[in-house]
Amino acid sequence: MDLLARFAAGDLDAFESLFRQYQREVFCWIMRIVRNRATAEDLTVEAFWRAHRAHARFEAATGNFGGWLRRIATNVAIDHLRRSRTEVALPDDLPAIVPLPLQEQTELRRQIDDAIGKLSRNLRSAVLLALVEEEPYEEIASALGISVNAVKIRVFRGVRILRKELAKLGAHT
Amino acid sequence: MNDREIDETKKLLQQALQPQREAELHRDLWPDLLQRLDQHPVQVPWWDWALLAGAIALFCVFPGTIPALLYHL
Repeated sequence: MDLLARFAAGDLDAFESLFRQYQREVFCWIMRIVRNRATAEDLTVEAFWRAHRAHARFEAATGNFGGWLRRIATNVAIDHLRRSRTEVALPDDLPAIVPLPLQEQTELRRQIDDAIGKLSRNLRSAVLLALVEEEPYEEIASALGISVNAVKIRVFRGVRILRKELAKLGAHT
Repeated sequence: MNDREIDETKKLLQQALQPQREAELHRDLWPDLLQRLDQHPVQVPWWDWALLAGAIALFCVFPGTIPALLYHL
């Protein structure tokens, strides 16, 4: 029996092998959505725990384990954003790509933090993945379980809200 | 809104937020997961229990549905 079939049958050793193979990938994906290392580590554990609970529903013969796991990880990350919507703050240790004067950079980050906080969890994840991480729309669509057009609409709506909020806050958009 | 405005917003976001593509996992999370598995053994979700309770209540109130259900299984 191959690894995926053993996992689907509930074999813990097979699950551990898959965990070791995919833990970094899942962590990186969640990090792109929640942007906080400690939270991403916790949510990686949560994603694998949910995968383990759902092992019987995984179709080993036809299944794409990586894609299935990524959808679970995306749901876990989005659930987290929903729960912590009012308290998510972007960490301070994220340097800017284009160096700005420190005060200006801090102010810009605060404004963007506030504006992103106004987005729903679905819009926020689409905007961050598409515009900051520059993930292909196809990848985002697959992870979110929606169509490419739906991703484009979420990005469009997210950008429209962001621009409105940033304009209110006085940021140059 | 047009593509130029989306590009402007993208540049603004990228000025403030660093992409996390190269984020590294610094520790093995397997021990954490094992601990989680020990704490929370696989459980039947609450909605499955609710569904079962609903079905039992239905059978008590309308016993005639039992043969109909068995026929359709």
